[in-house]
Amino acid sequence: MNVAVTDRQPDTAAQSNLGFVDCDVHPFVKSPADFDPFLSQRWRDLRASIGARSRTTFAGAPNYPRMSPGVGQRMDSWPEGGGMPGSDLKMMREQLLDKFGVAYGMMMPLVGSGLGERNVEFGAAMCTAANDWQAQVWCDAEPRLKASVQVNTEYVEAAVKEIEKRAGDRRFAQVMIPPRGLEPLGRRRYWPILEACAANGFPIALHLGGASGHPSTGGGWPSFYHEEHPSYPQSKEALVTSLVIEGVFEHIPNLKVALVEGGFAWLPSLTWRLDKQYKRLRNEVPHLKKLPSEYIRDHIWVTTQPIEEPEQPEDLLTTMEWIGWDRIMFSTDYPHWDQDDPRYAIKVPIPAAEKQMLFRDNAMSFYGLT
Amino acid sequence: MARHVVAQVGEIAPGTCKAVTVAGRDIGVFNVNGEHYALINRCPHEGAPLCWGQITGRFESDRPGEYRLTHVGEMLRCPWHGWEFDIKTGQSWCHPESVKARTYPVTIVPGEALAKGPYVAETVPVTIEQDYVVVEF
Amino acid sequence: MTIPGPGAIDVDIHPALPGTHVLLPYMDDYWRAHLKMRGLERDNYNAAAFPPNAAINCRPDWRPAKGFPGSDFDTLKAQALDAFQPRYAICNVLHGGPAIFSEDLSAAFCRAINDWVAHEWLDRDSRLRASIVVPQHSPELAAAEIKRCAADPRFVQVLLWEMAEIPLGRRMNWPIYRAADAHDLPIGVHAGSSYRHPPTNLGWPSYYLEDYVSWSTGFAGVLNSLISEGVFTEFPRLKVVLLESGVTWLPAWMWRANKTWRGVRAEVPWLDKSPADYAREHVRLSIQPFDGPPDHAKLLKIIEEIGCEDMLMFSTDYPHWHFDGNDAIPDGLPDALVRKILSENALKTYSRLS
Repeated sequence: MNVAVTDRQPDTAAQSNLGFVDCDVHPFVKSPADFDPFLSQRWRDLRASIGARSRTTFAGAPNYPRMSPGVGQRMDSWPEGGGMPGSDLKMMREQLLDKFGVAYGMMMPLVGSGLGERNVEFGAAMCTAANDWQAQVWCDAEPRLKASVQVNTEYVEAAVKEIEKRAGDRRFAQVMIPPRGLEPLGRRRYWPILEACAANGFPIALHLGGASGHPSTGGGWPSFYHEEHPSYPQSKEALVTSLVIEGVFEHIPNLKVALVEGGFAWLPSLTWRLDKQYKRLRNEVPHLKKLPSEYIRDHIWVTTQPIEEPEQPEDLLTTMEWIGWDRIMFSTDYPHWDQDDPRYAIKVPIPAAEKQMLFRDNAMSFYGLT
Repeated sequence: MARHVVAQVGEIAPGTCKAVTVAGRDIGVFNVNGEHYALINRCPHEGAPLCWGQITGRFESDRPGEYRLTHVGEMLRCPWHGWEFDIKTGQSWCHPESVKARTYPVTIVPGEALAKGPYVAETVPVTIEQDYVVVEF
Repeated sequence: MTIPGPGAIDVDIHPALPGTHVLLPYMDDYWRAHLKMRGLERDNYNAAAFPPNAAINCRPDWRPAKGFPGSDFDTLKAQALDAFQPRYAICNVLHGGPAIFSEDLSAAFCRAINDWVAHEWLDRDSRLRASIVVPQHSPELAAAEIKRCAADPRFVQVLLWEMAEIPLGRRMNWPIYRAADAHDLPIGVHAGSSYRHPPTNLGWPSYYLEDYVSWSTGFAGVLNSLISEGVFTEFPRLKVVLLESGVTWLPAWMWRANKTWRGVRAEVPWLDKSPADYAREHVRLSIQPFDGPPDHAKLLKIIEEIGCEDMLMFSTDYPHWHFDGNDAIPDGLPDALVRKILSENALKTYSRLS
């Protein structure tokens, strides 16, 4: 079989000149107490006593242990002065922002526990704290970084309020929702949150993850991270299916969605399958007025990482053409182990115009950045 | 082809690696159970600095549920995507024929011999009492 | 395209039980009395995953005036056998029996279903072959049923549900694979769920359309499980046939699974080749539904990306509705590949057919 390898010299300048927008950057806290300034005494006490309660098995580890320390970090991203990868702005600048000439980095904090907290009041408070923390600790120090409004989807009223509160604050570029909630995101109970996103001009970023309590396959809990990691695309497929078939985009015509950290090569086949089966079962979903493929084309953007690596490298470009170059945005996932290097992740040359779209223009337009 | 002095013998402990830049090339010099080897410090996959990777053994198995650790200290896991490389040959575990990290020949040379040349000692001061790790390319 | 002539091997047709009562004659005295005491013969234990009145589950011109689609022999004979003239057609009964929570009741149902298929179907047409249905949540009892049925050479495969209690590769399930391997039987994995878990990892979708679309994502999980757990390392001769799985998702799955393997394979060190190569060696897929792209060029690209001509096998998926007329094969495939799809691949996969 073929494996694409890097035999080119670094091409850093190419991305710098573009003003690269990285659609997935993970900042981290130096200490869990970093959130305390943004929490009331009640929630500080709760954080320090009972702490986060989600729907996973272990107190301080994911269900599927990763393959490198720190729950799967890039080994060269641990700050010299201590702390977790992603917690040190100086290092983030050296390894990402300055190195690649990043114009904007979209922050997706996977820290703070508010997104999947079972005590929804605590969850909402933690989301608010994580949002203040992003804005004040990160955006104010580094304006190239953009924040994501975190909300706990099981507390709809608080989520809507939080979205409204951040509207107009240019530090926030999007709303971040973990796709694996209690129910598929397209279900009606979540519509007020989705409506609030659109009404307040926020696209939605659906980064992989969440703690639904449901197994990562429909056939039960797998044994290995070797199964969990490649299950992320299936999660994304279910997400697209839910949003389209439930009629979210018919109901909220100006909603825009970015799928983050699921790759993208699965999308054409899913689109064909949805169109085909929709024709058979359309009497079940009369609220849909267009083909699923049309809703997907109008409302769904994908980010690249972890980028698929076809056995024939040029097949990646074919897939991108099938999806549409204007719907794909590059993301690194810095500083996680499976992050992608913008210089080497794509193993075949991309025409200049498409490169410009992939690394910059699509994201600038999606996020309304200037 | 030139010979580059990259370390004193004894400087790189067994099971560790020294990252050097010699004549514009980033190279990792490894001490594998007392023997020295040199690999390019750039993963052939996405360019990660290999010297930040973990030095491990081969995780092997003949059948599900049976585990065996062999070649301890001879394998390097890329610090990013975890691709495994044989430090001695540069061969990747998954695609040994088609994916390799470039290797460089390494010799141990006494300081006395170095003094006679032709060696390039860009970063390592040389004395005749010491033995040195020399990489050729 | 329409199939070019007689002699194909149809690896997926679906005879259906007209009702639970038809199983009573095939149960022993104990279980017959047990069912009647509880009135179970009046209940419908068909699988909820395939509502028979949904359009997708029966082609309009195949829909019978009364009874479940696929439940009448003469109708199936006319529509699936005489119309397509296969050399063989493999009966896969999609029933809830394998998923009944009581392991023993499940085993009793499965024994009765297998005997019912043998007498009511296989005995009536020499072109018919069948898969052995097994109490899937009780691997030891499943293995016993495989051994019992394997004595009849017309049973050519073991049938499992795609989504059940635990992922198919789990070692707990290995008695099933050991028994299948001992009798040269491939494992057929059919689309659908016993709904022990939501069909997606996001939870329960609202619509059947979402469920149906999710079957293909479930198959990705099936392959991840079978390969990661080392089923093909432990049973190197075993073949797994994905039935009604869709086809075009396969290349993207290969690329992603290979990518994970290169970094994570130390967790499952028994794997000695890439997931894509395991799939090419051990996994076969029925061609309906194909979920093909709207144009031929893309279709050929997908075929090229699959990178193996041995994987696809002809199916009508009768009476499910994926195509009209006799247009059972995607257009534009090379002739040599079509020949392989029609029968050659099936003959190599099902040793009991040759």
